[in-house]
Amino acid sequence: MKVAVFATCLVDTLTPQVGIATVRLLQRLGHEVVVPPGQSCCGQMHVNTGYRRDAVSIVANHVRAFAGSDVIVSPSGSCVASIHHQQAQVARRAGDTALAEAAQELAGRTYELSQFLVDVLGVTDVGASYPHRVTYHPTCHSLRLLRVGDRPLQLLRAVRGLDLVELPGAEQCCGFGGTFAVKNAETSTAMLTDKMAAVLSTHAEVCTAGDASCLLHIGGGLTRLTSGTRTVHLAEILASTDGARTATQVTQPAVLA
Amino acid sequence: MTAVHLGMPTLPTAPRGVGHLRGTRSFPDEARDSLRNGQLRANLGHATTTIRGKRAGVVAELPDWEQLRQAGAALKRATMARLDDHLEELERQVTARGGTVHWARDANEANEIVVRLAREAGAREVVKVKSMATQEIGLNEALEAAGIDAFETDLAELIVQLGEDKPSHILVPAIHKNRSEVREIFARTMPDVDPDLTDDPRQLAMAARAHLRERFLRATFAVSGANFAVAETGTLSVVESEGNGRMCLTLPDTLVTVMGIEKLVPTWRDLEVFLQLLPRSSTGERMNPYTSTWAGVTPGDGPQDFHLVLLDNGRTAVLADEVGREALNCIRCSACLNVCPVYERAGGHAYGSVYPGPIGAILSPQLTGVEDNASLPYASSLCGACYDVCPVAIDIPSILVHLRAEHVEAQTHPTAESTAFAALARVMSRPRLWRAAQRAAGLGRFLSRGKPVLPRLPGPAAGWTRSRDLPTPPAETFQQWWAKENGGGRS
Ligand code: SF4
Repeated sequence: MKVAVFATCLVDTLTPQVGIATVRLLQRLGHEVVVPPGQSCCGQMHVNTGYRRDAVSIVANHVRAFAGSDVIVSPSGSCVASIHHQQAQVARRAGDTALAEAAQELAGRTYELSQFLVDVLGVTDVGASYPHRVTYHPTCHSLRLLRVGDRPLQLLRAVRGLDLVELPGAEQCCGFGGTFAVKNAETSTAMLTDKMAAVLSTHAEVCTAGDASCLLHIGGGLTRLTSGTRTVHLAEILASTDGARTATQVTQPAVLA
Repeated sequence: MTAVHLGMPTLPTAPRGVGHLRGTRSFPDEARDSLRNGQLRANLGHATTTIRGKRAGVVAELPDWEQLRQAGAALKRATMARLDDHLEELERQVTARGGTVHWARDANEANEIVVRLAREAGAREVVKVKSMATQEIGLNEALEAAGIDAFETDLAELIVQLGEDKPSHILVPAIHKNRSEVREIFARTMPDVDPDLTDDPRQLAMAARAHLRERFLRATFAVSGANFAVAETGTLSVVESEGNGRMCLTLPDTLVTVMGIEKLVPTWRDLEVFLQLLPRSSTGERMNPYTSTWAGVTPGDGPQDFHLVLLDNGRTAVLADEVGREALNCIRCSACLNVCPVYERAGGHAYGSVYPGPIGAILSPQLTGVEDNASLPYASSLCGACYDVCPVAIDIPSILVHLRAEHVEAQTHPTAESTAFAALARVMSRPRLWRAAQRAAGLGRFLSRGKPVLPRLPGPAAGWTRSRDLPTPPAETFQQWWAKENGGGRS
């Protein structure tokens, strides 16, 4: 299958390793991957901060960039949810019916990574190997807007060597919320603190999720505490194989449970 | 935007200077203080976790919960579409059964009506059934100003009143207090209280009962709110747990009910749905202990003088907003408060309104006009937990986002933020500019001098870097990597 990857503005700019992992994973599964060059952002940050009028041109760019793609896959539950639930609405409100229809149609061809793997490709064992103790945080938009359910867990359970530990209070928000993290920094930090306490209680080496944005938040808190637990995107875990692993990647939990 | 769209004049919002819909400080400022209150955090964390669990348990018992929820949403939507007709029907039916209906445009009118009725009845004191509408309009203060004492009879509302505190939850107004704090309030403020009173819940309830009983027996005038009004028969309904409400509704000679115009349902059959949705969502019970219903006046039984005050106070303006109007469908169950991670940590007082939590964040700004509560639509991480539990499926996150846009679009001058977002939109919609901007972001590498994270940043970004690291931008973007991999090398 020919698959177009939408990296998202955040992955493209700040965490390219997540985009690279998505490409490598899809290629390993035998698919032809393209990265349409006109892509930038889905417009979610603008919409969620109140700039829905400014978002229209971003949506138009997104629709233009992926006009020629049959199937689009993105390593972000939040951005895919925005493509599904916000793009057409924003265009319609601005009176651009043609754009709204195009966005709606594009949404139908756009999948979040775990949904694409499990529902479209029908695979749960992607042949990955990742010998680490890992806990999974179901991000709010993956969980409640996209309803990815346990698909990421199905994928993680099939990874060789991976020790999956349940995260207490998993469904609680990490406190990111886009500009919420800045506009309500204290409340956001209070939520993050509780999330980090839960993550650390698992003694996992790695906290994973399907959204680079939430991981940036949790990871930013964990490194500030000089914690030994790091954040790694689901795509990176699924892209890991025995061959790709370096000696330094093989670790034990720093603290035993 | 909708008001303009419909060619209607701007509709009046809840007036300033009366009632409790506006705080004095913004949500972030309030939250900064309340988040430091460890006792509050512990009380709220404990209470909301318990009630969340109870609700989840009883909701899971009903295989048709989702259908019930959709039925509730559909009934509300249909009712709101013809609210004017239903209200007139309600007025006809209440009048036909011996009650008197008053229409109050806003808080001031409603307060004036109730004060006048109390004066006409010669009442020096009033007993009250727990009611959000009367809290909203500040009725107790209006009565006090007229020399009339108002006594709250709901246990939690009584705790708040005796403690000279403010309610912080729509169902359990004293949720921010634990039982030893309640004991302290009772011991300090109840005249004849047993000096050996402990913080045992039963003892506390008995103390409140003794305190209230005397007031019920001598009261001649009661004020209530209403959970529902059935238009077809002019029936009012109050749903409660303690029975104190029923005392107020039955013992006094005069009963005045103040009700928001959105509380109405057209027929008795509609009640069937809501009486299943409400108790499970609010207290986590299959059925609430007391459901009182009454219509007009029954000679020789209960109050002989009944008045219904229909309160607008900004509701018609909310109804005119195609997106925001869903907030009027709320049945005040408080499930959204109990699951909200922001409410659980910041507490109800941080919202500055009698309506806290997710529903407050969409209702208060609409009732007052968004500029009078501009920080509330942003007081959410948009996690969506509220939408999932709402028994009438109000899409709270979408309304929050809508109100943020209403706030942004209400600005007459560009702000630093709006300028930045406009510039970013221009860049993000032009791939060449976007790639140039990404290269500029890569320059942020110099700030970190080879370290994996950036130093603490100034300006709005400081809110992030005070408590969280930001990684140093990578040397190469994902798209640059891709272009290189695929031989193009252009970017
Ligand atoms: S918005 Fe929904 S969940 Fe919140 S109080 Fe109202 S009915 Fe209950």
